[in-house]
This record gives sequence, C-alpha cells and structure tokens, in this order.
Amino acid sequence: MIIRVCMGPAGIAAGGKQVLDAFNAELGRTQVAAKVLENCSSHQVGCLGLCARDVLVEVHRDGTKTVYQYVKPDMVARIVQEHLIGGKVVKDWLVDAAYDSFYRKQVKVVLADCGRIDPESIDAYESVKGYEAARDVLASRTPEEIIEEIKMSGLRGRGGAGFPTGLKWELGRKAKSDVKYIICNADEGDPGAFMDRAVIEGSPHAVIEGMIIGAYAIQAGHGYVYIRAEYPLAVERLRMALDQARSRGYLGKGIFRSKFDFDIKIKLGAGAFVCGEETALIASIEGQRGMPRPKPPFPVNKGLWQKPTVINNVETLANIPHIIRNGCGWYAGFGTERSRGTKVFALTGKIKNPGLIEVPMGITLREIIEEIGGGIESGKPFKAVQTGGPSGGCIPASMMDITMDYEALAKAGSIVGSGGMIVLDADDCMVNVAKYFVQFTQAESCGKCVPCRVGTKRLLETLERITSGKGSPNDIELLEELSGGIKSLSLCGLGQTAPNPVLSTIKYFRDEYDAHIRDRKCPAKVCKGLLTYSIDAAKCKACGSCLKACPSGAVSGEKKKPHKIDPAKCVRCGACFDVCKFGAVERE
Amino acid sequence: MAMVTITINGKALTVPDNLTVMEAANRHGIAIPNLCRHPQLTPFGGCRLCVVEVKGLPRPIASCTTPVTEGMEVTTMTPRLEEHRRFVLELILSDHPNDCMTCQATGSCQLQELAYTYGVKGERYPGERRIYSKRDGNPFIERDLEKCILCGRCVKICDEVQGVEAIDFGYRGFKAKITTPFEDDLDCEFCGQCVSVCPTGALTGKLWKGKGRYEGVRETETVCPYCGTGCNITVHARNNEIIRISSKPWAWNEGLLCVKGRFGYPFVKSPERLTKPLIRRASGNFEETSWTAALEYVSAWLKKIREERGPDAIGGLSSARCTNEENYLFQKLLRAGVGTNNVDHCARL
Ligand SMILES: Cc1cc2nc3c(=O)[nH]c(=O)nc-3n(C[C@H](O)[C@H](O)[C@H](O)COP(=O)(O)O)c2cc1C
Ligand code: SF4
Ligand code: SF4
Ligand code: SF4
Ligand code: FES
Repeated sequence: MIIRVCMGPAGIAAGGKQVLDAFNAELGRTQVAAKVLENCSSHQVGCLGLCARDVLVEVHRDGTKTVYQYVKPDMVARIVQEHLIGGKVVKDWLVDAAYDSFYRKQVKVVLADCGRIDPESIDAYESVKGYEAARDVLASRTPEEIIEEIKMSGLRGRGGAGFPTGLKWELGRKAKSDVKYIICNADEGDPGAFMDRAVIEGSPHAVIEGMIIGAYAIQAGHGYVYIRAEYPLAVERLRMALDQARSRGYLGKGIFRSKFDFDIKIKLGAGAFVCGEETALIASIEGQRGMPRPKPPFPVNKGLWQKPTVINNVETLANIPHIIRNGCGWYAGFGTERSRGTKVFALTGKIKNPGLIEVPMGITLREIIEEIGGGIESGKPFKAVQTGGPSGGCIPASMMDITMDYEALAKAGSIVGSGGMIVLDADDCMVNVAKYFVQFTQAESCGKCVPCRVGTKRLLETLERITSGKGSPNDIELLEELSGGIKSLSLCGLGQTAPNPVLSTIKYFRDEYDAHIRDRKCPAKVCKGLLTYSIDAAKCKACGSCLKACPSGAVSGEKKKPHKIDPAKCVRCGACFDVCKFGAVERE
Repeated sequence: MAMVTITINGKALTVPDNLTVMEAANRHGIAIPNLCRHPQLTPFGGCRLCVVEVKGLPRPIASCTTPVTEGMEVTTMTPRLEEHRRFVLELILSDHPNDCMTCQATGSCQLQELAYTYGVKGERYPGERRIYSKRDGNPFIERDLEKCILCGRCVKICDEVQGVEAIDFGYRGFKAKITTPFEDDLDCEFCGQCVSVCPTGALTGKLWKGKGRYEGVRETETVCPYCGTGCNITVHARNNEIIRISSKPWAWNEGLLCVKGRFGYPFVKSPERLTKPLIRRASGNFEETSWTAALEYVSAWLKKIREERGPDAIGGLSSARCTNEENYLFQKLLRAGVGTNNVDHCARL
C-alpha cells in the first residue's frame, strides 16, 4: 500500500506536511504496513494537479488509486482505519466528479514528466526513456528522415505564430553554411504565461533532447537557450542538466558516440517582452540592444552572427523526443486536421481551478472552462476569455463552443499564441482589459518604429480617456483608425498585433465602449472615473465610518442622521464603499 | 552579381540582386519618401515612411530594407500608401515641438519638408509630448531630443562610420530615447557626423545658434585648412562672418569631417590670430615685418649656420597642416637646398 501526499507548493501551504506527519504517526501507531510518499515535491516543481483541492492524498491499494481532497490531519485516523485497515473507501472525503473531468479532458505529452520525475537527475529522465530518441536518431537516422517525421506529425511552433516545425527545419537543413545555430526561445514574456518555465523547471532534459534532435536535423553545431534571468530556478536546472548531459557524452564532441558535435550555451535575457521576437532575440545574443531587425533576410538564412539559425520555442522542442519515440502518427492522432497534437495553456483569472493544463488541440473552450477549469470561481456569469496575451484577443461567452486551434481562433480575431488564457467574468470591464494589454505593449515597445512607439501611446491615451469618463463619441473610430495603421505599418510582431485586444473587444463588446463613452458608465463597475458614490439614507446608520475613511472630505453628516456624499468633492476612491458595514453606500 | 527583373509602378527594370527595393527605384529615378534611410548607413527600417505595396503580400513593406527578388511587382504610390505615410507623419508630429519658427534646422529639415509636402500639421492624434531637459554641458553639440524622431541615423553613423559608439537607444516604449552612457553629458570625439545626418533639428551645433539659417547666407566651397587630408567643406557666412561649416555628402570625404574642421572655425576672427610675419629682435620684442624681409632673414641665417657648422647643424620640422605637396617641397628644400637629411614631421612626435 502506498499513500501519496501532495507536497507541492500549494499542498504545503494547505498543510501537507502536517498531513504527512499524521499519516506516519497513525501508521506507526496502528502498525499498518504502508509507504508514505510525497507527490509533486521533487524540488519545488510547480504542481500540475488540482491545487485548489489540496491537501490531496492518493491511496494506492490493490492496484487501484483512490484520491481524497481537502485532507486535514484530523481526518487521517479515519482514512487509515476504514480504508487501509478496513478496505472501505471513505466516501465522504473522495474527490468529486470535477476532479475527474479535470484529468479526463487533459492529455499530457509535454507535461507528462513534469512533477513526476526529479528534474535534477539525468537518471530519473533516462528511467522514463529519456534520451532514447536522441540516441536512436544519432545512431541510425538521417536528418531528412527526422525532418519528414516532424513534418508528418503536424507539429507547429508553440511560440505564438504556429509555423510548421518540420518546414522550418527543412529550410534550416537546406541553408548552406559551415556554421549553423539552433536557439531555444525561453524568453516567455507574455504577462500571465508560465508554460515554458514549468517545462524547463520540471523536465529540462526534454528540452535539451529536443534541441539535440533539431540540431542534428539541420546540422547545427551550436545551440543557445535564451532564457530570462527572472527564472533563476529554471536557469539553475538547465545548467545542471547541461553539465549532466555533457558528462555522459550527450553534448560536446561526437555526441552519443557519433561523428556529430553539438553543444549548448545559455544566454540570459534581461526581461524585455520584445526579446522574445526572434530577430530581437538574435540581436540580444549578439550583445546589441534587443530591437527587431527587418525580415527578410529570415533567421533561417541569416540569423545569429549572420549564419543560418533555427529558433524554436521551449514547448515545441519538448514535444520532439515524444514524437520521435512514439512516431508521428501517434502525435498526429491528437488535435484537428491542421492543428495537431496538444497545447499547454496557462489557465488564469476568474476560474475555479487555475493552473497549467495540457489539452489536445481542438478541444472546445467550454470543455476547458467548465470541465477542466471547474467553471467561474465567483459563480457569476462567464463573460469572455482572453487568449494569446497582449497579441491576442477575447472570445466572448457566446462563442464558448469554439474549438481551440490555430484556425478557429484566428477566425474569431484572436490567436492561440503562446498559451495564455485569462478567464473573465461579469466583474471584468472589457475596455479596461484592452487598456491593460495596450499599457503592456506600449511599455514594452522597443521604440524603433513610429507606428508602434507613438501609435500605441495614442491608443493607450484614448483608452485612458474612455475609462476615466472623458471619452468622446468618435473615440471608437479613432481607436479603429489607429489600430489599422499600427497593424499594417509596424515592423515586428509586437506592433503588428498590439491593437488586437482593442479590436476584438470593440468587435464583441462594443456596447461596453458605448456605455463608457455615451452614458459615462462602466457596466462592470471597474473604471473608477466613471463611478458615482451616494448614500442610501434608509440604510445609513450614521456610524461615521465613511466620514472617517473619506480622504477628500466629501462625506458629511452628524450623529444619528444619514450621511451624505458631495459629488463635487468625491475623488471616487471607493473608500466609503469598502468600509460601510450596512451596504448603505451605493456605487453606480 | 546576378541581375533580377522587377517591375516598379508597371515599369520593368533589370537591376543587380543585391539592391533594396528603394535603391532599385532610386536608380531609375523613382523617389520614395523616407526619413530613417541614409545612403552611408545600413538600413534601419524604423520610420515606415518608405512603405510600398508588393503584389501577393498582405501588408505594405518597407522598401529601404527589403531586397529585390525576381519577378517582384512593386507599387510605390497609391492612395492607400499615401494615407499610411500621412499616418506616420501625423504620429511623429503629434510628439514634436513644432516650433519651426525658432528651430535651427528650418529649411534644411527633412521632417519639415515631408510635413509640408503632405500638408500634415500633427493635429489629428493629439496627446502627450516628450519633455526633456536640454542641458548637456558638452562644448559643441546641441541635443534637443524633444525633436528627435528616433531614426537611429546618429547612432549608426557614430558606430558604423566613426567607430565610436558614443550614443545608443535607451529606455522603452514612448520613452525610448537616444542617450549617452548613464545620461551623462556627451563626451566623445565631437566629429559632428551625427549632427550632419540628423534629419531634424534634434542635433545642431552650439556655435550655430542665432547666427543664421538660410536668409542672407552665402555658401562657399573650399578646403579645410586644418590638415593635409584636405576635406572639402562648405563655409556658410552671413554679413562676412562664418556662421557654420558643413560638408557635402558627394565630396570625396563624403560629408565627414573632424571636430576641428566642423567646429574649429571661430579662430578665423580671433584678434590674437597672426596675420603678418614677426621677427624677434635682440631686445626680445617681436617686430612686424613683410614676407620678403622675413624670408630673407631666414635664408641669411640658414646660409650662415651651414657655412660655419655644416649642413647637419640644421634640421627641419614640418607641419601636419601642410598638404602632401607642401611637405614634399619642404623636405626637398632641406635635402637639396640645405643638404641635410635632418627632416621630420610633427605628426610623428
Ligand atoms: C513580441 C514578440 C514576443 C515573442 N515572445 C516569444 C516568447 O517569449 N517565446 C517564444 O517562444 N516565442 C516568442 N515569440 C515568437 C518568436 O518570434 C518565434 O516565432 C518563435 O520563438 C519560434 O518558435 P516556434 O516556431 O517553435 O514557435 C515572440 C514574438 C513576438 C513578435
Ligand atoms: S513594432 Fe514596436 S517592438 Fe516592433 S520594432 Fe516597432 S517599435 Fe519595436
Ligand atoms: S560627434 Fe562624432 S563621435 Fe560624437 S556622438 Fe557624434 S558621431 Fe559620435
Ligand atoms: S538625434 Fe537626429 S539623427 Fe539621431 S535619432 Fe534623433 S532624429 Fe535621428
Ligand atoms: S526609410 Fe524605410 S523605414 Fe525609414
């Protein structure tokens, strides 16, 4: 019998250690022969389970797994007594159906080993068939065969653009040069994205193996991992993994006893979103300021130090060993006609079960939100989901049956992007959401080209005007005009996609823009400048809390008489609303 | 070099395949508006004014950075493209002081000229304007970065041509700015190459201020007197006073000068400047004299020393301000005239 207690960060926070101790004590006391193990504890791997139900405890008995949720130390005795000794599952504490659907709808390829193996041990990786694919490729397959295999798998780049990986490698293979490079893009700058970080922290060798196979396919002798310095744990694990791989002869001269030389260097990025753009990334590795360069020439012909360079995303590369090991047909079996395989999404926002999920492409948004995500946390109506981060757009609740694949999302005015997925409910203001993303892209614009540098600033100012109640009737047209110019004229993908959150919120939530501009109202009651505060005399108990809390002296009132707010003095900070215990302050 | 055939505005052209679309167009007399492009520098692609349409491509492309490819069909002028250019100019001018009245660059400003051509005033997208302190304690270059359009030309010429890298882009987004390391005062060679390529009034000479722009200004083509390199310069003068020195890009020195040639002209009207030869008399005082008298004095002494002590008692030191020809004549004078090999040049000291 084995008992596994979740000791991931969330598990520990929920009291995992106490539960673990309780089991050990209880087993000692009752003399039951069972092993107590830790789940997800392998050196702080971010938990990929259903953290919201921690502490989760798995009991493995007679070949079946039973999972208990919200376990507290005082529940341990009963579980041991009834289940371990008595053989009867404690039904009251079992995980509910939602727990099931959370797992059932997911397909773990890239994340399969994350949290399951010790990421700091190359032996652990090899024990789950790690490096078998690379060994096989180096021993007995030609670059052309590998490229064909990846092409047939239908794998498309997971860094955002969805470019077919096999085709990219083919172009890299065909480029003529004595020196070529392969770069792993681990810059991951989208707000709210942490897929690549989880993969590197959880299974760094998988990324290295993917790079080895890619390097062999294009015949590149040098590799770089461009990773942001804000990921210190990922960097440390990667360094460790590179050393281990080198000491086994998987990197360096004549890798896997072949005639092929390949090694990988780490280059730390200083945390600029634009450095995830491939030409800016190359400039950054070369020691220049990270500013995009015009294409053509494309990196695959003239990239790093003007040599042919293939750049792939972390998740793209982590898929490679699995495809080689299991065959392209297996991988192509997941997903849709043109979007094959699985995709990792970072599910965040107003969702019950936030976290990283891996799903087959083509799954519907409804399945993700309702079944995996467990619905909206507050129980309020689901409003929209923002996919693709600052380059993407929103999908409204009315389109919940949309399939999550490159084509469908593009048609809806959004993108799969790198996999950020922010869930919004009735309390979110869509104009404010658009403003948030434009704020980000404006701050992260490299400043090189006019439409992006100045254009996004004007977009932002217009959105700020609208959300502060100073919008004018033609502001929507102005936003559209600016967006059109920025999209067509910007040099790189950052500018070309920066207006997407604005355009898609206008497309699906024009009424919210109208409400802000025409009625001077924020329907979600988010935009401070548009709220008015007043006191309902019938509910006011004249306690004076609001009077004390108001920083601008807008509240007046005497003992035992209902208080009043002077709208001329009110700065709309909401302090009165927050302090009133009687719900007498009204916000509109 | 291979040739490719492309069409620009319906005209078939055969051009070398290492050209950009803009270069190919320019070669055949087709002008494309631009701001960040400079023929001496590698293309930047930042201003986006030079966009053209290429058949089969979904979005307009920058002609200054895109290489020609066989069969490319390019259109440089459509209402839509003109709309795009107006858009870019509107954005640039929305963040510009627009104080051409008092700007040093008026009349020689590319931005002003484009605004004039397109009739753009920068009123369509009003918004915040960058405000910077103009304090920079360097002696030569006025840096008014509120006028900077971030075309990158100054950064590129300093790096690619001068090899100094004294300035670069700093910060991000709207706040992006050309800066010196740590925002210190500019401390460099002060060659002024950056000033010469700046398409706006962001970089000008400190000495130029208030001296004149083009009204009543006379330009004289001449050669810089500072050294034997002989850079061609244009002297701008008003009321018989030098107000500015520049150099034409098509001069053999390609418009490049050094700090002395570009900014070292105030000595011309210095009251301390020697304009007549002086002889130091026994009293120790200098005495004004004529060139004939001065040369006779020198030659008499040279002869006397050679007779009494021999030719090797004499040595000659020539100046880097002399031309090659003058230096040649000088060593000839010492070797053939005086009879010594004691001759050297100040550039070796
Ligand atoms: C502004 C911007 C930011 C980007 N950031 C990232 C990033 O953080 N990680 C990434 O893999 N790709 C990023 N990309 C996409 C890369 O340019 C490139 O397409 C990708 O790394 C290619 O790998 P793939 O084909 O495996 O997707 C970004 C693109 C743009 C325009
Ligand atoms: S679009 Fe923005 S980020 Fe990209 S080159 Fe232009 S200014 Fe830089
Ligand atoms: S004056 Fe010359 S050295 Fe100084 S910044 Fe300008 S180009 Fe560079
Ligand atoms: S200072 Fe002048 S040359 Fe330099 S980037 Fe600004 S506008 Fe261009
Ligand atoms: S001239 Fe081509 S982008 Fe500026």
